[in-house]
Amino acid sequence: MRGRMARNAFALGSAGLLVLGIAACNQSKPEQEKSQSQLKIVEQVQIDGQGKEVKADQSAAPSDPAGDGKATCPPVSIAMAGALNGPDAALGINIKNGVQLAIDKHNAANPGCQVQLKPFDTEGDPQKATAIAPQIVDDQYTIGLVGPAFSGETKATGTVFDQAGLVATTASATNPTLSENGWKTFFRGLANDAVQGPAVANYLKNTLGYKKICVIDDSTDYGLGLASAVRETLGPIADSGCNISVKKGDKDFSAAVTQVKGVSPDAVFYGGYYSEAAPLTQQLKDGGFTGTFVSADGTKDPEYVKQGGEATKGAILSCPCGPATGTFADEYKKKFNTDAGTYSAEGYDLGTILVKGIDSGAITRPALLDFVKNYNGQGVARKYQWTPTGELTTNLIWIFKVQ
Amino acid sequence: MSVTDKVLAPGDRLREWWDGLPRVQKWAFGVVLFGALALLPLYTPSFLDTPGISFGGTMAQFAMVAIIAIGLNVVVGQAGLLDLGYVGFYAVGAYTVALLTSPNSPWNKLSPTGFFSAPWAWLSCVPLAMAMTALAGLILGIPTLRLRGDYLAIVTLGFGEIIRLLADNLSDITNGPRGLSRVAFPRLGESEKLPDGVFSNGNASGHANYGTWWFWLGLVLIVILLLLVGNLERSRVGRAWVAIREDEDAAEVMGVNTFRFKLWAFVIGAAIGGLSGALYAGQVQYVAPPTFNIINSMLFLCAVVLGGQGNKLGVIFGAFIIVYLPNRLLGVHFLGINLGDLKYLFFGLALVVMMIFRPEGLFPARAQLLAYGRAARNWLRSPPVEKEPAR
Amino acid sequence: MIHECVDQYACLAANINFNLEGLRIGFWQLTIDGLAWGAIYALVAVGYTLVFGVLRLINFAHSEIFMLGMFGAYFALDIIMGFTPSGNAYNKGIALTILYLAIAMLFAMLVSGSAAVGLEFVAYRPLRRRGARSLTFLITAIGMSFVLQEFVHFVLPKLLKGYGGSNAQQPIILVQPKTQFHIFSATVSNVTIVIIVAALIFAVLTDYAINRTKFGRGIRAVAQDPTTATLMGVSRERIIMTTFLIGGLLAGAAALLYTLKVPQGIIYSGGFLLGIKAFSAAVLGGIGNLRGALLGGLLLGIMENYGQAVFGTQWRDVVAFVLLVLVLLVRPTGILGESLGKAKA
Repeated sequence: MRGRMARNAFALGSAGLLVLGIAACNQSKPEQEKSQSQLKIVEQVQIDGQGKEVKADQSAAPSDPAGDGKATCPPVSIAMAGALNGPDAALGINIKNGVQLAIDKHNAANPGCQVQLKPFDTEGDPQKATAIAPQIVDDQYTIGLVGPAFSGETKATGTVFDQAGLVATTASATNPTLSENGWKTFFRGLANDAVQGPAVANYLKNTLGYKKICVIDDSTDYGLGLASAVRETLGPIADSGCNISVKKGDKDFSAAVTQVKGVSPDAVFYGGYYSEAAPLTQQLKDGGFTGTFVSADGTKDPEYVKQGGEATKGAILSCPCGPATGTFADEYKKKFNTDAGTYSAEGYDLGTILVKGIDSGAITRPALLDFVKNYNGQGVARKYQWTPTGELTTNLIWIFKVQ
Repeated sequence: MSVTDKVLAPGDRLREWWDGLPRVQKWAFGVVLFGALALLPLYTPSFLDTPGISFGGTMAQFAMVAIIAIGLNVVVGQAGLLDLGYVGFYAVGAYTVALLTSPNSPWNKLSPTGFFSAPWAWLSCVPLAMAMTALAGLILGIPTLRLRGDYLAIVTLGFGEIIRLLADNLSDITNGPRGLSRVAFPRLGESEKLPDGVFSNGNASGHANYGTWWFWLGLVLIVILLLLVGNLERSRVGRAWVAIREDEDAAEVMGVNTFRFKLWAFVIGAAIGGLSGALYAGQVQYVAPPTFNIINSMLFLCAVVLGGQGNKLGVIFGAFIIVYLPNRLLGVHFLGINLGDLKYLFFGLALVVMMIFRPEGLFPARAQLLAYGRAARNWLRSPPVEKEPAR
Repeated sequence: MIHECVDQYACLAANINFNLEGLRIGFWQLTIDGLAWGAIYALVAVGYTLVFGVLRLINFAHSEIFMLGMFGAYFALDIIMGFTPSGNAYNKGIALTILYLAIAMLFAMLVSGSAAVGLEFVAYRPLRRRGARSLTFLITAIGMSFVLQEFVHFVLPKLLKGYGGSNAQQPIILVQPKTQFHIFSATVSNVTIVIIVAALIFAVLTDYAINRTKFGRGIRAVAQDPTTATLMGVSRERIIMTTFLIGGLLAGAAALLYTLKVPQGIIYSGGFLLGIKAFSAAVLGGIGNLRGALLGGLLLGIMENYGQAVFGTQWRDVVAFVLLVLVLLVRPTGILGESLGKAKA
């Protein structure tokens, strides 16, 4: 008897489900479009280390990876290491696409010199990167590397590349201590957080005039490093009542939101990546926070707007990376069917530098290392020239806004 | 005879043959096998080679998991204590080495001379790591070994996670999620090309890369461990463990001090886990909390269960399957899925299928209760001797 | 946390706060939020406790049943009802929203219930037939947990485009969390109300089912003494099937409630931690005891929140494990004690 009861219940339930479902289907389709957001991340202005706005430099044209079309070389390859899978994959894929574009342009124009791109997926995980670095180094034909992408994995693998003499140019690792390890092969293609942190902090403090700011970090090398720099520069403006550390991978921030609400700051600065920044922004807005959400290059990605929705409107994002402009942006869009993302321009520029080195005859690791060390040229995002420790000689930060 | 032949599983025929060999021959085979294994990374046949990842590195990982499997076998297989948090001991061992030798750690003891100078630091840390882990096993075991069966499993699971969360959250000591890098490793064979020696990850090219060297070190340790654990098995301690595993109440009634022997199993298992942790820290030279999660604990248990609980050689084979197969399949794509990614799926399936059809594992333990068991069996099976009629 | 360490021992203390003031200020808010979380834990804990009571088995794969329920709810919202994933909430009015949520919940319960019954049929029944010991069951449970997780992680994306994979599903947010009213100093949002009310309804229904109906009596009979129950005409296999079904249905309901609270949490690994916490809750309340599971869930939710406020947000998960270990060491039968198998009128 129980079985019959259960069967009847099931039948009734399924019938009800069907009816409700049909009713619901007819309701929701026309209103589907309403909630699509048209928010985009738009560049505003460049700032220097003091947070003062600086006009962009439009003088020189960026280098072309195609070169003169007459280069010849043996079959060498350039490796790219970064997060190509997993929650932070968007940042790694952007870089890979940029390098791919440069290499493909070069190969198309130079039939006598075909360079191969070898991508390696580290998932942004320092653990995995330590297993992958020896693999990259083991391949004799790999004479240059664009990567690793994240600060944690760069820290864990820098010695391997240094010992192998493989030039490792990073398009996105911004932790300042990376260049202090004495690695001969480390070259940073953008400003580090020791520049970005104080620059953003000064911009918030001086130019925007905020009086109370909460600083949250995600306990990773990148997030904590950046947030520490911001906290230091902000000084007393960074309210000590909401000095919060969350964990990467967290999705629920109710405790942090409660703390922020209790302090009522003008702005919240988050040092971390977009997959946490999006729910954090939403939960802050839901919790009644009316100030500005500020974050940095780890958040600056279309995924942030997609996952965070309307709540991200008005967010300010800083980035040492430049906006994709001109022919580069068009070529990227045509090739990959999507807008160039964060660090795509850096990836393109570093890839261009490496293939230019190969074109000029540097087909061994020491030769390419030497070429990069002495390079001085203009790229899409900025001018590239390096100090002996691997930092850029000119450093400017871009400010973006979600609007 | 023919009926029993049909019923035997594929591995059993091999076992029958192996059991029939006299001890000297077994040793001879062991030495030959050891030599072959040691030479494997240098002369890898193509069907064994792992194209997507360094073979030496894979074998080094296998050696580490094999040591863990031997340790976990002592706890789960021999004493019958289900420990789901064994990865906690692995973590304690690795973190001990890292905390003492990493420049990021506040307890860094590296100094230019003495026990903690660069060439000796790792070696000095290994006995310390084993001691700390044994202590952790003691601290863990005393309150929890009163529990039985499932409850013990859950408590150990809880403790394993607590250790990982402590490592993750006490960032001022353990550097939290950022991990401790540049951990010390043994310095051997320093030269112009390899300024840090053959065990550093700078030695990354060719067949004799740092993975191979760590594998050789691991092999030596495995042999030593097998000898030690084998002796334990054949001693009073081992027999007590068998008794506890089969029926704890009966053992208690027969006068076996079950709590003490269970604690011994735990401590010895923990020390072995700590040894493996020290190896791991030296090889990867970077210790961070995400490695020491529950999933790895389950994977180690999987190695022991698949290989054969209670059989110290069987679990080594189980460890080999666990480590080698996913790496072998790392580049292989099937219907658009990278097969190496499916490793947990396959192991899960393997566990479920094994438990239904062969729950004792591929190479089940044979209770060796008699010290001269083989001789006794042969004597029993031999044809009766013609006897002089009694006068 | 940024602070100065006077010496390395002060450092140890510094990563753990002892912020009782924060607890006092946020007490009511933390309690309300804790009840909401606790309701979700409670519903999942019932699954663990019932299966343990009847079979003496810890169903490790129950966390994956929950995870499948989340995907089921998402599927219902996405494909059956046609909502497009986006970061914004669809505010369709109370009546319609409740309707949509009910449909999604029914679908989630359908998926979870079928998965639970399937699990019992495929993994546990063959073992029972062969008379396996409890360690074997545990290992099979662990194996099935792996299989289900990795299936969703790698195989599902190939079967159903846009589902599964390494990243969480793009959220579909039906309910914009909005404060409805205040209790003392705490704000109660609509999401909290929905969760607590729904969980209450399910708890009452389940309690009624187990304690007042005929098949509930059957479940208690099999839990107490399987052999005698069979002699009394209770079909053991069917009871076991029903037990798994009930656990699965409740896990499906909890899955939908969870997606209301954490819309970005629908990922293959989303059930794991929650499952372990729910299990801790079941043990806390008394494993094998239905009301114990409910009580344990609520207690765990509240304790977690308090612990988070006092010790720091990163210690939240530790609270669950520490409670688990403490309960097992001090009072393994839990607060209300084992009772599913005890005779009751």
